[in-house]
Amino acid sequence: MKYIDEFRHQQHVELLATAIRNACTRPWTIMELCGGQTHAIMKYGIDQLLPNDITLIHGPGCPVCVTPLQAIDKAIGIAALGDVIFCTFGDMLRVPGSTKDLMTVKAEGGDVRTVYSPLEAVTLAQQHPDKQVVFFAIGFETTMPTTAMSVYQAQQMGLKNFKLLVSHVRVPPAMEAILSSAENKVQGFLAAGNVCVVMGYQEYLPIAEKYQVPIVVTGFEPVDILQGILRCITQLEQSQVTVENQYARAVQTSGNTTAQQMINRVFKPVTRSWRGLGDIAMSGFELSADYTDFDAENAFQIAHINTQEHQECLSGKVLQGIIKPSQCPEFASRCTPESPLGATMVSAEGACAAYYTYRRQQSITENNSQ
Amino acid sequence: MSKTDNSEDACPLPIGQYDKIVMAHGGGGQLTQSLIDKLMLAEFDNPALNEKNDSAVLAINNERMAFTTDSYVVKPLFFPGGDIGKLAVCGTLNDLAMSGARPLFLSCGLIIEEGFAIDSLQKIIHSMSRQAKAAGVNIVTGDTKVVEKGKGDGLYINTSGIGVLDTAMNISPSMLQHDDVVIINGDIGRHGIAIMAQREGFKLEQALESDCADLSGLVKLLLDGGIDIHCMRDLTRGGLATALIEISTAANKQIMLDETAIAIADPVRSVCEVLGLDPYYVANEGRFISVLPSAQAAQALAIMHAHPLGKKAVVIGKVDKGSQSMVTIKNRIGTTRILQLLSGSQLPRIC
Repeated sequence: MKYIDEFRHQQHVELLATAIRNACTRPWTIMELCGGQTHAIMKYGIDQLLPNDITLIHGPGCPVCVTPLQAIDKAIGIAALGDVIFCTFGDMLRVPGSTKDLMTVKAEGGDVRTVYSPLEAVTLAQQHPDKQVVFFAIGFETTMPTTAMSVYQAQQMGLKNFKLLVSHVRVPPAMEAILSSAENKVQGFLAAGNVCVVMGYQEYLPIAEKYQVPIVVTGFEPVDILQGILRCITQLEQSQVTVENQYARAVQTSGNTTAQQMINRVFKPVTRSWRGLGDIAMSGFELSADYTDFDAENAFQIAHINTQEHQECLSGKVLQGIIKPSQCPEFASRCTPESPLGATMVSAEGACAAYYTYRRQQSITENNSQ
Repeated sequence: MSKTDNSEDACPLPIGQYDKIVMAHGGGGQLTQSLIDKLMLAEFDNPALNEKNDSAVLAINNERMAFTTDSYVVKPLFFPGGDIGKLAVCGTLNDLAMSGARPLFLSCGLIIEEGFAIDSLQKIIHSMSRQAKAAGVNIVTGDTKVVEKGKGDGLYINTSGIGVLDTAMNISPSMLQHDDVVIINGDIGRHGIAIMAQREGFKLEQALESDCADLSGLVKLLLDGGIDIHCMRDLTRGGLATALIEISTAANKQIMLDETAIAIADPVRSVCEVLGLDPYYVANEGRFISVLPSAQAAQALAIMHAHPLGKKAVVIGKVDKGSQSMVTIKNRIGTTRILQLLSGSQLPRIC
């Protein structure tokens, strides 16, 4: 399959892994920002190819993981109402709220539907004028253009029964929050290629400069990720700091300006709470003044829902790379993919769920080598 | 978690974090397993059931019979490559075949929603009849119920099947031996993706049909050919990964797969890549894995290659040494990963 197979080619992978081993002379800690990259690293066992000196930290780039408990509880509150069709991306269904998840709401009679795009929710709103159709708008800059387009179209069509529960977040403020933490361990970033397809990477230049960290815009296939790591390590070894674009086949410096215009037309930046990380200034979006009629926060009585995170879940520290998932006392005991305390264990992209698999993998490797 | 003992009627629940059935309980993954283990097996507890094979193998007088049942709730009812009727016959024939049985009789239970078109029902019943005739089995008993409009999805079908074992062989995960090979009869994921594409209205560049097929003829060839099959499993809702994990767990053996040997058609790969689905967990309805001694691999492949449903049969892995129940896959790039049982069905990823 063109543009995929070339980037999973064993020879290319081996060449890059060798180049990384040759380039790396000291311990380095790199954070891959995107959950999709974490997923690929685990799926392809890319960490098995790296020298022990390189530590990969799985960053807060899993949209499911960082959506705060409060937003999940609000979603559950709305989805349980009669006369509501609640639309969500599939992987939000099993994320635990404070008392239940959306899958349970569906089992209790709520009309919860999985959609592949917010535009499907707009179609549902057209088809069901007697219902309120609510789309749970979560995710990073990657998913924002289609959300923006959905509400733009709904307004053009004059739809009164389409609403968005918005919990969109931006990557750069989260990077700054991690870098300015006293406990920060991150020395270089693999930035999320898909986010940069939309936003470009100019906004990363001041971050690299201010915090003196290399940032490499990186794709999602094994060759992409290894190339990203190689470029990052090379900069670190040579004491360089710059923003590089490994994912040039998809990412342009300025990104997709049409998509950005659509985002800016519909949304405005606002302080958002991140699961595990707390409030981060200007780290998310809400609907702008022209679109407040579409805001589920205004349409439904959910302002009183103000839940806090489980105290025993340390996902915030995991997302910042301060502890490894296995260092959490609840890891693999009270907290498993079957019975997760936090979203990092439930999402396939979550660091804890990925590590749960990885740790078992490590134990086999150790057993086999004995 | 354990069954309370103060009352015969006591419920053995809790089974997990859910106090109501959610869709994931039917996904064939961890939640389905825990429902079966902690509720059904705990209550029904008997040797035939506890084997947890696709069919129960029962000794009656001097005969060994296989008995199985399955319910079909597919949406849409008509899909490229088949319909619910074909599926309901093939699925149950396959469950019988996987225990080494020769299918003899089927039942047909229909739950029909008020308002369902008689014309559609005719097509489906005809499809069942044609498939059963082709397999040389009779549908000998049945039941028809109609539920109110809105209380069913058009049509649900349950079929049960009885077959006879002509062989004294025990075909079961417990027979797995170190160095056995794992053979599959073709590429994976066609049924799941064909159904999803039809249901969601995806427009694929290449046509894709479900692999829905009756495997009993192919299995018979292997048995008649003297292949010492240790274990078989047809790949259904949980896909290749789930079937192998179930076998590995029951056998307490490690199974190692080679990714480069596992064929996936382009349209299946494309949809999986776009939606972030893992094809190893996507449903099939005409594929099965057989585990057999490596010394017989070439002979088994030759037999399969001569049958229309086995033309693309290949060895995809082997039973490894050690007694850790685990399925690992050697990736295209030379690393390995573990295939784990999913909680429920696969959920498309956000990005």
